[in-house]
Amino acid sequence: MTDDTVTVPLHAVAHGRAGDKGNRSNISIIAYSEDAFPFIASQVTKERVLKLFAHKGASHVVRYDLPNLRAFNFVIDDALEGGVNSALSQDLHGKTLSFLLLGEITVEVPKSVIPNGSPYLE
Amino acid sequence: MPKTVFIGSGAGFSGDRLDAALPVIETLSRRDGPRYLIYEVLAERTLAIAQRIKMRKPDQGYSPYLDKYLRLSLKAAMENGVRIVSNLGAANPAGAAKRVQELAQELDLPPPHIGIVIGDDLTAAMSTDDIGSLETIEGISIAGKEIVAANTYLGAQPIADALALGVDIVLVGRTTDAALVLGPLIHEFGWAPEDYDLLATGTLAGHLLECGGQVTGGYFCDPGFKDVPGMDNLGFPIGEISEDGSLVIAKAENTGGIVTTATVTEQILYEMHDPSTYLTPDVTLDVTQVTLSADGPDRIRVSGAKGRPPPATLKTTVSADGGWLAEAEMIYAGPNAFARAKMAADIIKSRVRAHGVVEDLRVDIVGVDAVFDNDKSARRDAINEPLNGEFRVRTAIRTDDKETGAYVNDEVLSLFCSGPAGGGGYRCSVTGQVNTASILVPRDMVEPHVRAEEIKP
Repeated sequence: MTDDTVTVPLHAVAHGRAGDKGNRSNISIIAYSEDAFPFIASQVTKERVLKLFAHKGASHVVRYDLPNLRAFNFVIDDALEGGVNSALSQDLHGKTLSFLLLGEITVEVPKSVIPNGSPYLE
Repeated sequence: MPKTVFIGSGAGFSGDRLDAALPVIETLSRRDGPRYLIYEVLAERTLAIAQRIKMRKPDQGYSPYLDKYLRLSLKAAMENGVRIVSNLGAANPAGAAKRVQELAQELDLPPPHIGIVIGDDLTAAMSTDDIGSLETIEGISIAGKEIVAANTYLGAQPIADALALGVDIVLVGRTTDAALVLGPLIHEFGWAPEDYDLLATGTLAGHLLECGGQVTGGYFCDPGFKDVPGMDNLGFPIGEISEDGSLVIAKAENTGGIVTTATVTEQILYEMHDPSTYLTPDVTLDVTQVTLSADGPDRIRVSGAKGRPPPATLKTTVSADGGWLAEAEMIYAGPNAFARAKMAADIIKSRVRAHGVVEDLRVDIVGVDAVFDNDKSARRDAINEPLNGEFRVRTAIRTDDKETGAYVNDEVLSLFCSGPAGGGGYRCSVTGQVNTASILVPRDMVEPHVRAEEIKP
């Protein structure tokens, strides 16, 4: 197996789900493998996530690490342009936003941590 | 062998699949132990809407989905000794009980024993003026707005109390979703209020089961990356919880879907903020030490939930009138469609502003990541090249009066004859809105009003 390093969207090495409470979004990011976890831990910082959601008005990000579950929980304040009470977006709850994070945050990882059969290896 | 209780989910929200409960009941009927089926159908706004209906028609105000769900499942549940626990009671659990009694009669079933929980309606303890004057968790002011409903999230104990009356069905209004599962466990195992780790495990079980198929591959499948077989016949989850606090998440037999560490992890963190401090009226749940392990095909063992004492206050959702949301859409397709859609968007913005409408107007172009964009379309405005394809112009505005919203929709409609070439597929809506905010109230203000009772036919 080659261990070339590649830059890929987070979607190649992790999955996640978004939820909302008021104007706060929480997005879980779960590594597909133990091996991918440390790369995400070191590269997907709360600063990068805050910057990604800045255009929506995000004011603060906390990242909770759950190594037992190979997971991170990002809690993003003011990410939903008012949330379900006052947002004008098609997606008042921000349910689609897990894929904004998975698609637009990139990580530099050895190819070996991308799951076998992943379209990102083609 | 420690005693094991089996709790299946029949619905994770009010619009869920009506028939999902049937394979769950069938699977439960083959399990040796107490069996329960929960339906979680009560979103924050749903209860406010139910409250409004009850004000006009006092015998209604229970979930409008009650008939749809229970007409399909009531017979099978009753014949197989599956007790139903649900928040189908919404704003009127007693009315819901009456309706289930009628439904049983219509289905030629013996009269079911039905228990209800009341006391979540905070307006029984406080005036709406006093409620409106309280500070909200979100910092939103609700003072001066018409308060439609104020309901406190009750815990699991009153559901356990209802089950102790010997009923087949428990109908509640606002409790925590997890309480629908923890209530039966407290009833079956006699867990005490200080058994924090056991209550934490029961709460986590409830958190995993309350969204139905979201833990069995629903809202999870990402073809080519996270594949799930049989999504058209998604099997809903069944929790197996033992007296000693062991917990396995499984699913209905002969169905699609999967239960894996990945599906369970996504649901553990769903709508969770600080994973060490998930507050409920029963216990403060800490999932940071949770581990997952395979326990056979489509079976995941969940261990390590920790509990601490619950908070001294109870969360209450206050719902107030929220005016109107008006939305309208028009689609453009083919060569240069993006430029035509952008021109349509500019025309609408210019005309609405000139008309003197002051409320914020959002104009999306669906097809260029509109949901990832902001109200000011910063991402879209950064696109400079012409694009061919399909682009749907969509407007949204919130107004106090219905007429202003309808006017904005009419501006989109007028693009048919007066806008750029080739617009089509117009559609629109103006819908009444309910705003919600959360307040914290002392337990002793609510708990004296809470009780479980049986509704006799």
